[in-house]
Amino acid sequence: MGKPEDTERKKLKDVEISVPIVYGNAAFWLGKKASEYQSHKWTVYVRGATNEDLSVVVKRVVFQLHSSFNNPTRVVESAPFELSESGWGEFEIAITLYFHNDVCEKPLNLYHHLKLYPEDESGPMSIKKPVVVEFYNEIVFTEPSESFLARVQNYPAVTFPRLPAGFTLPSSAPIEDESKRKRGDTKDHPLNQWFLNFSEADELLQLAAARQQVQAHIAKLRRQISVIDGQNQQFKSSSDQ
Amino acid sequence: MDAKDILGLPKTPLPITQEKKPRPQKDSQRKPDGISREVYALTGGLAPLMPSIDASQLKRRPPSDEKITWQWLPFTSSARKDDLQLYHWVRVVNGVPPTGDYSFAKYNKSVDVIKYTDEEYEKYLTDPVWTKEETDQLFDLCERFDLRFIVIADRFPTFRTVEELKDRYYSVSRAILIARAPSPGEVAGHPLVKEPYNVSQETERKRALSMVLSQTKQQERKDAEVLAEAKRIAESRMAAQGAEEPDLPVTSDIGPESVERAIGHGDTISPSSVQVPSAAVAPSTSIMADNASTLASLRMLRVYLRTYALEQMVQAASSSAGLRTIKRVEQTLQDLEVNLKPKVPTKAVCAEHLELRKEILTLLNLQKQLQYKEAEGSSFRDGSYGDMPGTPKRSHRVVDQDRTFVPDAISFGGERAGKREQKRKGPGRVSETPSSPAHKRPRKMKASDL
Repeated sequence: MGKPEDTERKKLKDVEISVPIVYGNAAFWLGKKASEYQSHKWTVYVRGATNEDLSVVVKRVVFQLHSSFNNPTRVVESAPFELSESGWGEFEIAITLYFHNDVCEKPLNLYHHLKLYPEDESGPMSIKKPVVVEFYNEIVFTEPSESFLARVQNYPAVTFPRLPAGFTLPSSAPIEDESKRKRGDTKDHPLNQWFLNFSEADELLQLAAARQQVQAHIAKLRRQISVIDGQNQQFKSSSDQ
Repeated sequence: MDAKDILGLPKTPLPITQEKKPRPQKDSQRKPDGISREVYALTGGLAPLMPSIDASQLKRRPPSDEKITWQWLPFTSSARKDDLQLYHWVRVVNGVPPTGDYSFAKYNKSVDVIKYTDEEYEKYLTDPVWTKEETDQLFDLCERFDLRFIVIADRFPTFRTVEELKDRYYSVSRAILIARAPSPGEVAGHPLVKEPYNVSQETERKRALSMVLSQTKQQERKDAEVLAEAKRIAESRMAAQGAEEPDLPVTSDIGPESVERAIGHGDTISPSSVQVPSAAVAPSTSIMADNASTLASLRMLRVYLRTYALEQMVQAASSSAGLRTIKRVEQTLQDLEVNLKPKVPTKAVCAEHLELRKEILTLLNLQKQLQYKEAEGSSFRDGSYGDMPGTPKRSHRVVDQDRTFVPDAISFGGERAGKREQKRKGPGRVSETPSSPAHKRPRKMKASDL
């Protein structure tokens, strides 16, 4: 049968932990202070989707910038995981997330196209209002280790899964000092007012409505097909006579 | 920048960001002199490493000190049993004709068919099913026809299958070989002794082969499907085993889902539940296997993005669909005002999105089915099969016009549908001519339509 640890490890197979994140950039036009090569000041970042501190899971983030930047490989060792620079061009930034050892040994790559100029090119550019582009995504960890599960169970940045029945975790380490934690989250971040809200409710509603339409259509087609089948059967039998 | 280039001014070295990511250097060392760039690229962009033909070899002339003449001379061949003398042209060098046997004599190979004596027959070779006379005839034919058993089988006086003849020949030869050998060890290496002819195996193999060859197309397809599915299940099992998982959870994952499919009907739909039994026309168990193996491979990754997982699942679900179908699915999604890639890809949203895509695939399949069935129906009515161009128009008529969703075989109208006018001349009876103005061709909506 196996030792108890084996069965416990087996139970973890279907468990996954997900961390909802938002990544993107905010770019401010420098207005009259803009020069030809430094027209915008921008910040690229990865934050928790609800602005919680990601450092419970993420050890460091590496932003790979365009080669024309000095030291294009920028490493950020602590939350908030962001990088600010100034420039004039839009290009793709490779964002690599490195996780703590008990979380996952493999890094994860994201790609974000830096956006400086507003969609509506003819509109006026504002110094006060930045151009913000954000994407929502979820990092999924499969087969999490027990220590990982134990460590993160009280952190809101992580979507904790429902554990299989009878599975017990060792109690987690006490949550760190409040003041230390505060710095890592983005709830009071200067850019906070520009962050976008991502609510799954709207999308779910839309999808449900679409599915209903499609399903109704499928039912109708099925009825039509059975009618035609009936007709065709008649023809077949009449031609056989 | 470019302006500076034109003016010839030096560029200032600033840490500027250039537009677009750095492109890989285009192959600027083109060496085509006389061939176009594309043709050059066909060869791999480089000159071939070795000359294919040494040009100096081509126009070699024979060394001038030799005097070559051609003479009509007689010859004999060692391959012949008689002394027939024939003539042919011979290349003579400096008056000396070539020596040696006829050059093609070496190709006269033959098989060494064993000849047994009557005593040997009595001692080793008797067989309940074979008479001595038959065996003698067999060996005679073998010698005459160089072991071409198919020919031998045709000429054999009594009816025997090729396998029987082979069996008899090989077992006799084997027995003689062993009998004549001074010691068993000496012939142990002989192929006849090492691997005797296996009649039953051969018969079975040929039967299976002929079965495969005579399969109808349909059977072939079914077989391919079953094999592919088995392969996928095996692969997912391998992946599961690689993660130290027993086989049961993987197959049991497929189990309850397929049961749901069997039970679910299109009528009892509750849109709020995520686990809606999707109304699949053909219970496609191959797609289930695809899903399972995708899930397994995702699990192996240990960490991945939700959007990546969705992409993989979508790919797996549409693996049997062609590019055109996939484009139509995407068009349908757009018409339904659903994002092709979810803006908020949570687990629930991704699951719903996937199910929606699958349902759209089902919808498209059903439409195609309906078209075919109507074509069938119309061919019955008209008694001709050449009426295909008329069919799409008929499906226009038979199907209801929805306010929001026109099941047009050609296009899926969202808002457009409400404005399009379609004259309907009754519930799809065929008596009218197929060229009523509104049905000539599904055309784009014009302002004059409103």
